[in-house]
Amino acid sequence: MMERSKRQKQRKVLLMGRSGAGKSSMRSIIFSNYVAKDVRRLGATVDVEHSNIRFMGNLMLNLWDCGGQDSFVESYLSNQRSHVFTSVAVLIFVFDVSSREAATDTLSFASTIRALHEFSPTSKIFVLIHKMDLVPPDQRSRVVHQRALELRATCADEGFASQQVDFWATSIWDQSLYRAWTQVIYFLVPNASAIEEMLGRLAGLLEAREVVLYERTTCLVVTHVTRGVEEGNPYGDRFERMSSILKTHKHSMARHTGTMASEVSFAELQIKTGEFMLFITRLTENTNLAVVMASDEASFNAARVNVQLARREFAHLDIVEKKGKDGQQHAKGPVGSAEVEVRAMDDGEVSSSGRASDR
Amino acid sequence: MRTLFSENILSPSPALVPRPNPFELLLPSSAPAATSPSASVQSSPRQHEWLTQYSQSQQRVESEEAAQSSYVSNGPRPQYARRKGNPRLFFMGLRKSGKSSVQKVVFQKMSPADTLFLEPTTRIETDSLQSFVTIETAEMPTQLSATLPTWDHHAIFSNVGAVIWVLDIQDEYLSSIASLIETAVLLVTHHPRITFEVFIHKTDGLSEEYKHDTFREVRQRVQDELSDLGHGDRSVSYYQTSIFDHSIFEAMSKVVQKLLPQLPAMETLLNKLCSTCRIQKAYLFDTGSKIYVATDASPTFLKDYEVCSDYVDVVADIKQIYGWQGHGRARAGGEEASAVGESMVTYDQSGDTYVYLREIDDHLSLLCVMGKGSSVDKRMLIDYNVGILQQALLQVFKV
Repeated sequence: MMERSKRQKQRKVLLMGRSGAGKSSMRSIIFSNYVAKDVRRLGATVDVEHSNIRFMGNLMLNLWDCGGQDSFVESYLSNQRSHVFTSVAVLIFVFDVSSREAATDTLSFASTIRALHEFSPTSKIFVLIHKMDLVPPDQRSRVVHQRALELRATCADEGFASQQVDFWATSIWDQSLYRAWTQVIYFLVPNASAIEEMLGRLAGLLEAREVVLYERTTCLVVTHVTRGVEEGNPYGDRFERMSSILKTHKHSMARHTGTMASEVSFAELQIKTGEFMLFITRLTENTNLAVVMASDEASFNAARVNVQLARREFAHLDIVEKKGKDGQQHAKGPVGSAEVEVRAMDDGEVSSSGRASDR
Repeated sequence: MRTLFSENILSPSPALVPRPNPFELLLPSSAPAATSPSASVQSSPRQHEWLTQYSQSQQRVESEEAAQSSYVSNGPRPQYARRKGNPRLFFMGLRKSGKSSVQKVVFQKMSPADTLFLEPTTRIETDSLQSFVTIETAEMPTQLSATLPTWDHHAIFSNVGAVIWVLDIQDEYLSSIASLIETAVLLVTHHPRITFEVFIHKTDGLSEEYKHDTFREVRQRVQDELSDLGHGDRSVSYYQTSIFDHSIFEAMSKVVQKLLPQLPAMETLLNKLCSTCRIQKAYLFDTGSKIYVATDASPTFLKDYEVCSDYVDVVADIKQIYGWQGHGRARAGGEEASAVGESMVTYDQSGDTYVYLREIDDHLSLLCVMGKGSSVDKRMLIDYNVGILQQALLQVFKV
């Protein structure tokens, strides 16, 4: 396998598709803080554009945005074949749903995954059926379904098992873009289950209805925990909506303060209403946590304090891959009070009103 | 009882006769404690302004009452400066200048890109925005000219509070200016109390210099023509607008503000709040249409408005997502005294609040862009003061 330092995990992600499918646009919106309107400025990608994106601190995404023009594709499939397709963790293939050459697209797809199968047979394939805003709403599910069927057959032909391939319909003009990329990221984050478990415990302690972990720069959801009442929330796509809302908010703040959107450092956002209370705050250096609670001032304030204390715990997730217990032992060293809180969290004995009175 | 101000603001000489302040004018019952005599001491220069405005509007009201009797305001209270109930706006302009687009984008929340598909207006269309104060709009199709003798302009203009002329800056605007002058003259002669606004529209995509030059040119021309015709003293307001950014909302806010009689009261309240809580800028937003109905006296920059308007959007969206249980409850019936919605966002590590939002009622929100010094300890003070403001505002509008 790849020999890397314990601290960093590198994942190679290929972003491929025909020329003009929307690969660079998606990449710039998600990772480079472009607004959907700005992507008009992007020109055709020449050969491969490499980006190394730090994600969640210890994950390094090695993103290969491969130009889709025929000459480049030729070159990947022939003389650069092994260079491009070795050690790939994820292939993201983008189809332009409005393309008039569907058959050629499919052929191109087939040859690409054939090459992929030669060198990285265990990689995961995400097929994004893009530019869905150009399809009338009533036809959307039918079109996606048809395409997916065809392409699944192609993948099966080339030797990929059906669970290795995922299909998503996307558009840069709504939140579907965030949903698809959230799935990609979730697949790539190495310790997702450890994070989920810790979040679950935290949510139980806070008595929160929902706890969502976001990556700081891209505002993509890494994982979430839903408890109790919130399971009935009719907005199934609320996570990607939140991503989109937060991203827009970041841009708006950047414009106002005159800084770059990438530098805007968010401290906390609170919303209190009669039905719910929500706060979003920094959890680790690279992630933000959103906590949704019932509308109760005392437990809300207690939750905020608890999350501040929990930061120490979660900081370990960024650097070391050691799971829960070890992380806690590390925390017992330095600060006395923190130690008490950490153990209390462990036992889960502390009630929310008790917390409030401590302050 | 605690007042809204710190002790230093109170005048040292206590035996001052309390001058009539705007609150007392509007409220028959006693004003809230916050607006004690110290309010009048604080704001004496402005005091006279309001009184003058008030007496002017009172005269106007009296003459109107005498002139015609239709469209009575809520309740027979002629002594208050009520402008016949609801603010009414009337849009005029050449064809394809953008009148319907402006209405749809501001009042019906249509996306600006969709306005391409609007059909030309063929008859006089009226609409109303149900909000904390109902704003009614009407639009005139350009086929009917204001100066047609067969056209009964009295019937149309009698109820109107403001006429907005939309001038398309990207099209040939000289002919528009000519019609503008005609209409302005007509209004000045027959309906002098209607405020006349000019939207220099479709300014998106033009360079700053060009915008500035054209703006100045239009204004100059209109002023010249009007003064040639002997109406040089007529005040006409000009705004650069575009539906593709926030400028149209800003302009609409200013137009609507002129039509609200409660404006001085709201402005004073906001001024007080800003001075005591060290708020950089405060707006009273109409949550639905994102027009602001009042702001404090500090200089207004578009970017403050933009950040507040975007923040209102963020909060409204998140409320919709996570407040889903409320919808069912509201429909089930019964007035539930739900807790007041409030929100704040903090940037940078110092923990100073950046933007603060507080719902006054279903349609009205207070938005503050905070300056330095609104840290956690001060938050209690801010909460308290805003609470007082909220109660005061509710009282102002109850009349």
